[in-house]
Amino acid sequence: MAQAVVLNQSGITWGIAFADAGATQLIFALAGYTINMSMRSYQPSVRNSIYVLLWCMALTTLCIFAQRWLLIDMFGENDAYGAFISKTMILRGGFGLLMMDMIAILTWFWVYVDDRQESEKRKDDAMQLAKDAELSNLRQQLQPHFLFNSLNSISALAGSHPEEARKMIQQLSDFLRGTIKKDDSSLLTLDEELTHLQLYLDIEKVRFGHRLNTVIEKQEESISLALPSLLLQPIVENAIKFGLYDTIGEITISIIARKENNNLMIEVTNPFDPTTAIPQRGTGFGLSSVKRRLFLLYSRNDLLVTTQAENIFTTTIKIPQLA
Amino acid sequence: MNVILIDDEPLARSIVREYLQSHAEITIVAECNDGFEGVKAIAQHKPDLIFLDIQMPKINGFEMLELVENPPSVIFTTAFDEYAIQAFERHAIDYLLKPFSKDRFDKAVSKWKYNRNVTEINTDELLENTSQPEERQRIVVKKGINIVILPINTVHFIEAFDDYVKIHTKDGFYLKKKTMAHYEKALDPKQFVRVHRSYLLNIQELTRIEPLEKDNHIALLKNGEKVPLSASGYSKLKEVLGI
Repeated sequence: MAQAVVLNQSGITWGIAFADAGATQLIFALAGYTINMSMRSYQPSVRNSIYVLLWCMALTTLCIFAQRWLLIDMFGENDAYGAFISKTMILRGGFGLLMMDMIAILTWFWVYVDDRQESEKRKDDAMQLAKDAELSNLRQQLQPHFLFNSLNSISALAGSHPEEARKMIQQLSDFLRGTIKKDDSSLLTLDEELTHLQLYLDIEKVRFGHRLNTVIEKQEESISLALPSLLLQPIVENAIKFGLYDTIGEITISIIARKENNNLMIEVTNPFDPTTAIPQRGTGFGLSSVKRRLFLLYSRNDLLVTTQAENIFTTTIKIPQLA
Repeated sequence: MNVILIDDEPLARSIVREYLQSHAEITIVAECNDGFEGVKAIAQHKPDLIFLDIQMPKINGFEMLELVENPPSVIFTTAFDEYAIQAFERHAIDYLLKPFSKDRFDKAVSKWKYNRNVTEINTDELLENTSQPEERQRIVVKKGINIVILPINTVHFIEAFDDYVKIHTKDGFYLKKKTMAHYEKALDPKQFVRVHRSYLLNIQELTRIEPLEKDNHIALLKNGEKVPLSASGYSKLKEVLGI
């Protein structure tokens, strides 16, 4: 409209003025839309902004030619108007380029803000996921069966052997504290992990002392090697459960650690009954989550291996020593 | 009144023993570490009541009860078994959650004293209508005085037999006092198909389906055994096999 008024004052008839204004606006709107779309899918860095400028210039040139072709085609017989178009081409071009650049910058800014929001959200989501994983990890550590049965043992000891009850409360507290405070990605030495594991074994021995024997063998040079925190405990827990519930009578759980080619190797064995063993227990939830954790930490799928020979089930983990 | 304590943790039994001291009319006639000992002790002592843990070695508390003829009243003691607790609620069976207090324990005992018959009926219903997760993996049966654990993959088919079912394996069949409906519900429907009113077939054992006069068909198993298929059983089988 404004363009039509300006044109009319320059001595162009109303009809032509409106047609000219309409065509110009339509062509630039199309070009603007093109810029907008292309900027949405391509977010250039500052260094590459020259390409955007070139792209704007090319589009503007295209617009000018389109305008010229369209308008001359429509009103070509009007010589005065033809001359007018030629004269204003530079002005129209400059104006068009300015408009294109503005649209490009606005789009760039808009996409930038949008991206920022998206990445913030992704970061939030990732943090939430990590937190959930940590919680479920915690839940898994605090097997309700283990916790309530331990409390029941304490309740039983409280009447007959109060000193032992108090000792077991201490052990259970230390164990829980150790489980809660450790963060999922931190590395511990084997020695530290075995100290934590010992608390767990001591509690299980109060419950199953009449059946449960444990053997821990560690090579001298393995004790200072590193492993992810709380990795060994679920493996031993699985071995104890598997051993205790798949057989009758006394069982021995052995934990053997050694150094091999700059890897920490830990072997955990438990007895089982091959004629009735329920396979899901052997490679049950405990072990699959350990495997998953090892994969997340080392991007390798071969770090946890289970084997069965006669009536002994063996779980072996290999922890690469970085640096 | 005689009771038996069955729990694989000695300390868990000792607290029941301690709580029972104030019930002079109750005598503990046996304590058992697992279901095998439990089956024997129940047959020997015929107790009025048992305190029974659920998670135990080899066979769980439910599986043990299934092996006992005329099971006594039961008060279940458990630390954490979601499916079992749901089953108890459904069948109005009393249970003690470890660790439990003396008050709670006394309440359970006096409730049992006044409702003994009800408790026994509810236990029967519990066993028939509850499908425990372990049943998808194994069936525990008795052969003479021996207890046999059958991994579910070794079961060829299950056949109705009066009040019992015959569980067919490569070593012959075992009898168990259960219904077809129970196993149809408890077992994995993708593995065990009710091909006939009286037959539940493990499709892993199937080699061929052969037509028999008119609409009837018969299933041929890997070991040469034959299982009849009803018309509806035949179409159900085809559906599961995807043919």
